[in-house]
Amino acid sequence: MKFLSKFYMFIIFALLYAPILVLIVFSFNDAGSLSEFSGISLKWYGELFRDEAAITALKNSLILAVLSSVIATVIATFGALGLHHMRNRYVKGAIKSVTNVPMMNPDIVTGVSMMLLFVAVASLISTKDIFGFGTMLIAHTTFNLPYALLSILPRFNSLDKSLSEAAQDLGATPAKAFFSVELPEIVPGIVSGLMMSFTMSLDDFVISHFVSSPNFQTLPLYVYNQTVHNVKFSMYALCALIVATILAILLVVNFAGSASNKKKSKRGAI
Amino acid sequence: MRGKSLFQKMAAAPHITWAVMFIVAPMLFVLYFAFTDAQGNFSLSNVSTLASYSNVFILSIAFALIATVVCLIIGYPLAYFMARSSPKMQKILMILIMLPMWCNLLIRTYALMALLDNGGLLNALLEKLGLGKLHIVGSDFGVILGMVYDFLPYMVLPIFTTMTKLDKRYIEAAQDLGCTAFQTMVKVIMPLTLSGVISGVTMVFVPSISTFYISQKLGAGKIELIGDTIERLFKNTSTYSVGAAISLVMMILILISVWIMNKFSDDEGGIII
Repeated sequence: MKFLSKFYMFIIFALLYAPILVLIVFSFNDAGSLSEFSGISLKWYGELFRDEAAITALKNSLILAVLSSVIATVIATFGALGLHHMRNRYVKGAIKSVTNVPMMNPDIVTGVSMMLLFVAVASLISTKDIFGFGTMLIAHTTFNLPYALLSILPRFNSLDKSLSEAAQDLGATPAKAFFSVELPEIVPGIVSGLMMSFTMSLDDFVISHFVSSPNFQTLPLYVYNQTVHNVKFSMYALCALIVATILAILLVVNFAGSASNKKKSKRGAI
Repeated sequence: MRGKSLFQKMAAAPHITWAVMFIVAPMLFVLYFAFTDAQGNFSLSNVSTLASYSNVFILSIAFALIATVVCLIIGYPLAYFMARSSPKMQKILMILIMLPMWCNLLIRTYALMALLDNGGLLNALLEKLGLGKLHIVGSDFGVILGMVYDFLPYMVLPIFTTMTKLDKRYIEAAQDLGCTAFQTMVKVIMPLTLSGVISGVTMVFVPSISTFYISQKLGAGKIELIGDTIERLFKNTSTYSVGAAISLVMMILILISVWIMNKFSDDEGGIII
């Protein structure tokens, strides 16, 4: 039984990783073929780094992910504060449900609905090229909003309400009470909301596909446009680099986590 | 209790404004486009053309259902075995299951296509062995395989999480009371991990039914799913209205099924506890 379960896990993980490993190996293939491996070469990586569109797309992705996650987290932090102090539970429930819609809806529906909004606005102000950085930022902030709110709101709910009241009894204004009493307590929620939004934004392809323009491309859009018709080996190199980056981040996060745990337990022992 | 200050009352205002402008308004525009013609007059013609897309709808639902069931059949035992590993092993397995989730869907699909394609490694190996070629890319099987491959981790992770949170004493109690391994599985472990299964099913079904990249790549353009139809209709300004009508149907279908599944899991959980 023990052997069988290990064998099963091995098979499934092998199947899960086979395509990714093949992709990485063949990104070093000199021949530019998917079946014959003629020799190790970095020429596809060279081609990738000479491709200015790829570098620009990476930059765009990072700028968009930083801005949209920060905006969404700031809006959601104050949103959570407002919801926390709101008395009408029906209004509260309605706001939460509406915020969750982009998370529940298939991405394609979210993308299409935002596109229709922008098309309508464009015809109202009679411009032709409304799509670009602005529409992308709005769309990314919108689909980040539920993830940010979901990370922050539970922090507020576990907060002792009398803390804020005590601060106000001692003469703090409600705003001052929020910034010096409540805010420090919810920082972990804010950080996880930021990180979640950041990764969602970096990863998004479908929604971006509907609200972007050719002059503002993110990395997933660039990969899509390059792979839509033919096989390009520089894309293999790009994919291999992305996989390697993610693996490195996952390992560092995990390794750093266990290292700090060790430190904590050591301190505990002393 | 003190009264709410203006600061506390107004704190949610930006959030509410954003949600109304960019979540509610876009959905209203889907409704508007679905029920108007190109001139902006009220019309039911888009809704009535939906009937001609019923085949695509049925095909998409069938593909998504098959992919979901296959993911569940493969993923449930995997999550179970993962949860029974040592804590150190669990950490490694967790990274292994999360790495594909963090890789973009385009990359995973593209990698799978590269492996299975006519000129790909698998077919080259099969030819060398004299077994002939497998035409997986461009077939129904290829598209479903793509869905299973891409979304399996989304099934495994929530089930694995509920498994690790499961109180081991329930299992011990069942065994003490004379349950066989099979009975323990069916009567104790499965009902207690139902909430994980439900979120896994949602996380596989929703992206499967709405995908267009998987069917484009692994269907080689021969298989059209509802996602492909929507994507195609929104490339051309004159077909926005029909696209909106299809999107509306899909949105309603999915919101209803997600709502039912959430209800279902809450009730069951309540009964068990």
